[in-house]
Amino acid sequence: MRKLKEFFVERLILICGLASIFFVILIFLFLTKEGLAVFKSVRPLDFLLGRNWYPISEPAQLGILPLIFGSLLVTLGAAVISIPIGVACAVYIAEIAPLKIKEVLKAGIELLAAIPSVVLGFIGMVTLVPWVKTTFHLPTGLTALSGSIILAFMAMPTIVSIAEDALYSVPKSYKEGAFALGATHWQTIYRVLLPAASSGIVAAIMLGIGRVIGETMAVMMITGNAAVIPHSILVSVRTLTATIAAEMGEAVVGSEHYFALFAIGIVLFIISFIINVTADLFLHKRR
Amino acid sequence: MADIKVNNFNLWYADFQALININAHFGEKQITAIIGPSGCGKSTLLRVFNRMNDLIEGVRVGGEVIIDTENIISEKTDLVNLRKKVGMVFQRPNPFPLSIYENIVFGQRVHAEGLTREKLDEVVEDSLKSVLLWDELKDKLNRSALSLSLEQKQRLCIARLIAVRPEVLLMDEPCSTLDPQATSRIEELMRELKHNYTIIIVTHNMQQAARVSDETGFMLLGELIEFGKTQDIFTSPKDKRTEDYITGRYG
Repeated sequence: MRKLKEFFVERLILICGLASIFFVILIFLFLTKEGLAVFKSVRPLDFLLGRNWYPISEPAQLGILPLIFGSLLVTLGAAVISIPIGVACAVYIAEIAPLKIKEVLKAGIELLAAIPSVVLGFIGMVTLVPWVKTTFHLPTGLTALSGSIILAFMAMPTIVSIAEDALYSVPKSYKEGAFALGATHWQTIYRVLLPAASSGIVAAIMLGIGRVIGETMAVMMITGNAAVIPHSILVSVRTLTATIAAEMGEAVVGSEHYFALFAIGIVLFIISFIINVTADLFLHKRR
Repeated sequence: MADIKVNNFNLWYADFQALININAHFGEKQITAIIGPSGCGKSTLLRVFNRMNDLIEGVRVGGEVIIDTENIISEKTDLVNLRKKVGMVFQRPNPFPLSIYENIVFGQRVHAEGLTREKLDEVVEDSLKSVLLWDELKDKLNRSALSLSLEQKQRLCIARLIAVRPEVLLMDEPCSTLDPQATSRIEELMRELKHNYTIIIVTHNMQQAARVSDETGFMLLGELIEFGKTQDIFTSPKDKRTEDYITGRYG
């Protein structure tokens, strides 16, 4: 009787475990099936490198290069802002902050992670967008820069908490060794602790950026959604994610447009997959 | 060269008094061993000499610790200079996760001294020679220091220390992670080094203290019970507690 119970419980857990893999495969298959259909009407290179995204004109032009550039620009901007601040914040929390401040900061970072992206987008829309507009004398504040700043806030919690973890897990003996050789606190941090934690910090950055690339709601609200190849960070852009979210509702099922959106999904899937695998490689190198 | 005088020294971790009225004189160019059971305060005493206890919050001290002529307990002590002069080797070898070369020139880099390539090469060669690692490692200087054996790592840590030209070497159970052969080779190295450095070694291996040291201090529960010539401590201890410890009644 007991053996039978064991048997069933074990199988049940096995099924639960397999379910997640099963669903991933299912999603991937569905995505591929729907997405690859677009290549009946567009050649893959024209799709990836086409400069015009006019999905509902006749004939439809389905070039996603502006969207790829939009995503890259916003992500790059967010990375430039969030990496130095995030890593510096992690160093401060892990090494410098007194215990009390450390706890307040960690709680703050967690709260930042808990803000829904639509709320961040909304706050960005009413505060950041007008600010960008007046500061840079632009016709509109709905720009890649606004998107980058808001996304930097979203990447920060991931970067800070994982980088802080990496710094914290550097053996204490390294720190003692550096101090014992007469290094100052700052020298110890940048000559020993940062190099020792580097793989964890890179993983933190990759995961933060992974979150930025996949983010949809906030960017859709504040980047202006103009599907044009951007020539500066102060113009409107449209990201891959925002395109899917904005257009899926109105695309006719089974149309070229519909398939093209799925193909964009594949592109996103591949990008996130590469980023996550890279982050994972770095995380495992650390152990 | 540097000798160390400790006068009426006390140390507290918050409310717990870890060192009680220590008085001792550590002579230069000799090896002084500090022995005693775990938790007696011997490592704490060692960490007074390069102020490593400052890293722990809530440590208070009283009394005097004079190295050469300077009271290093004073607020005004320049910790960077002190730690350059008084180097430390730890229980677990702790080379940095950098190349062998960069480990040795670490001190040069942080003190911004002699940063030309030739000068650094010279420091690396001299330091590795003085710990007898040069022949083994001269072709592998760019390898990660973490790839070395435990004994090599510990020698490298000593070389890294010697590169900053200290006067005092503090050794906190430097052989406790090594096998007997490696231990005896490190002891040999210590005898070699004492011609140039004042060495203080903490160990709970009594045989090691007897083998390498010129003078020995025995500590118990935060007090320095007895201090004197190693031979005298081990053959005719004056205090009953010392005798009990070295004959293995406790510890």
